[in-house]
Amino acid sequence: MAFFIEVLISGLMAGVLYSLVALGFVLIFKASGVFNFAQGAMVLFAALTFVRLIDILSETFAPILLSLAITIVVMIVLAIVIERLVLRPLVNQPGISLFMATLGIAYFLDGFGQSIWGSDVYALDIGIPKDSMFILESVFEGGILVSSEDLVATLIAGVLVATLAIFFQRTRVGRALRAVADDHQAAQSVGIPLNYIWVVVWSVAGLVALVAGAVWGSKLGVQFSLSLIALKALPVLILGGFESVVGAIVGGLIIGVGEKLSEIYLGPIIGGGIENWFAYVLALFFLLFRPQGLFGEKHIDRV
Amino acid sequence: MTGTEAGRIMLSVKNIEVIYDHVILVLKGVSLDVEEGRIVALLGANGAGKSTTLKAISNLLSAERGDVTKGSIIFDDQRIDQLNPSLVVKRGIVQVMEGRHCFAHLTIEENLLTGAFTRGGARAEIANDLEKVYSYFPRLKQRRSSLAGYTSGGEQQMTAVGRALMARPRMILLDEPSMGLAPQIVAEIFDIVQNLNKKEKVSFLLAEQNTNVALRHADCGYILENGRVVMDGPSADLADNEDVKEFYLGISTAGRKSYRDAKHYRRRKRWLA
Ligand SMILES: Nc1ncnc2c1ncn2[C@@H]1O[C@H](COP(=O)(O)OP(=O)(O)O)[C@@H](O)[C@H]1O
Ligand SMILES: [Mg+2]
Repeated sequence: MAFFIEVLISGLMAGVLYSLVALGFVLIFKASGVFNFAQGAMVLFAALTFVRLIDILSETFAPILLSLAITIVVMIVLAIVIERLVLRPLVNQPGISLFMATLGIAYFLDGFGQSIWGSDVYALDIGIPKDSMFILESVFEGGILVSSEDLVATLIAGVLVATLAIFFQRTRVGRALRAVADDHQAAQSVGIPLNYIWVVVWSVAGLVALVAGAVWGSKLGVQFSLSLIALKALPVLILGGFESVVGAIVGGLIIGVGEKLSEIYLGPIIGGGIENWFAYVLALFFLLFRPQGLFGEKHIDRV
Repeated sequence: MTGTEAGRIMLSVKNIEVIYDHVILVLKGVSLDVEEGRIVALLGANGAGKSTTLKAISNLLSAERGDVTKGSIIFDDQRIDQLNPSLVVKRGIVQVMEGRHCFAHLTIEENLLTGAFTRGGARAEIANDLEKVYSYFPRLKQRRSSLAGYTSGGEQQMTAVGRALMARPRMILLDEPSMGLAPQIVAEIFDIVQNLNKKEKVSFLLAEQNTNVALRHADCGYILENGRVVMDGPSADLADNEDVKEFYLGISTAGRKSYRDAKHYRRRKRWLA
C-alpha cells in the first residue's frame, strides 16, 4: 500500500508539470483560438534565459531573484513582439495561418535561444532541496518516501494555479480575458481592446512556461529536451479538452499518475517503457470515444 | 417627444460606402444625423444594411472583413471612422449587437462589469453605476449570479443594454432589441430605453425591423433599403406615410394592393434616394 501511494505521489508530481505546460496552451487557445505550437519552445527559452542570467549575475547580491525578474520582463517583451509582428497582421485570417505562424515562432525561439545562450546542458540550482524524506510514518509502517524536490515543485505549481484562478475570477483584466474567450466581437463592442488582451495572455503563458521550465530544469538540467515537454501536453489537452483550464490540470495529473502506475504495475507483464507511450495511447482512446475531452466545455447554445 | 434640449447634431454619418471581403458592396452611400438627446430609428427589412451601418459607426466591421471605403463618420465634430473600437467606446458610443451577444460563461453581474472596462479601476463609481443599472433592470439584480447563457432572451437583452450603460455612453447603437422576444418584454425594454433617454440623457440610434414599435418610441427615423436611405422624417410623419403603412407597418390601404402599384412605389423610392 505504502509503495502504491509512493508511486501515485511521484506520478502526481510529474503530472503537475504536464498540467502547467498544458495550461499555457489552453489560455492562448481560449483567448485567441490559436493552437500555440510554440508553448514548448517558450518553456525552453524561458528556462535558458533564466539559467544563463543566474550565471551572468552570479556576482550580484541576489542572482536568482534578479534573473527571475529579468526573465519575466523578457517573456512579457516576447509577448508584445509576438502580438505586434505575428498576431496583429494575421488576425481575421484563417486559423491555419496562425497555427503555421506559431510553428515559425517555435523554430525561431529554439534557434534564437540556443544561439544567444548556448546549447549545452545547464544545471539550474534555485535552492530547491534535493533530499528525500519520509512522511505519514504514523499511518504506514516505515512511512512514504517522497522527494522534497517534487514536493516543492508541486507547491510552486499549486501556488501559480491558485494565483491564476484568482486573477481570472476576481480582477478586471481577468474578467475581460474570459469575456474575450467567450465572444471576442462582443468584447470589442464594450471597448475591451483585443491587442492588449493578447499581450496579457501570451505574457501569462510565458510566465507559466518559465515556472514549468525552471522546475523541470532544476530536476533534469536545462537542455533542448525541455521543449519536447510540449509533446506530452498534447495528450493532456486531448484528455482535458482544449478549452478547459480545469481539464488541463486534471488531465496533466491523470497522465502523470497513469504513466507511473502503468510502468510499475503493467511494465513487468507487457514489457517496460510504457511511460513513453502511455499518454498517447490514452489520448487515442479519448479521440475515439470522447473527442471533446473530459472537461470539453459545454457550449451554451440558447437564443 | 423629448425635443426641448435637443438640437445639436451629435453623430453625423456622411455618405458612407461599406464593402465586405473587398468585393461585396453593401452600403451605397448612407447618410444620417442623430441629434443630441434623441431616439432615432433606423428601419428596413432584413438585409437592408442596418447592422452594417451600426458596425461602421462602432468600427466593429474589421472583425468581419468589412471596410468603410467612402464617406466619413463624425461624432462631436471629430472624425471617428479610423478609431479602433475601444477608442470609440471611450468617446462615448457603445453598440449593443444584434442577438445580444452576452458572455455566456460569465454571470449577469460579471457581464455588466465588463462594460466598465474602459473606465479603468474607479471602483466606487463603478459600484454606483452597477446599482443604477439594477434600478433600471430590477430583474437582473435577482439573477445577478446566474450564468448569462442560462437566462431568458429578455434577460439577456437587458444584460446587453445594462452592460453598455456601464461604459457611461452618451450614445447607444441598439441593434434589433425586439428580435425574438414576446410583445410584453419588447414593450418593457422600449419603455426602459425611453426612460434612459430622458433621465440619463443617452441618445439612441435604434435599428429595428419591428417598424411599429420603433416608430412609437423614436423621435424620427430613416428607412434603409438595399444599402440606401430611401426615406426619412419625424416618426409621426413616417407612420402616416401611405407607403410606410403598406410596406413596413402592414396596414393595407384600399386600392393599393396590386403589383403594379408596388412597382410604382419602388420606382418612386429610387427618386427619393
Ligand atoms: N460579414 C459579411 N460578409 C459579407 N456580407 C455580409 C456580411 N454581413 C452582412 N452582409 C451582407 O450585407 C447585407 C446587409 O446586412 P446587414 O447589415 O446585416 O442587414 P440588416 O441588419 O439590415 O438585416 C446583407 O445582404 C448581408 O448578406
Ligand atoms: Mg441586422
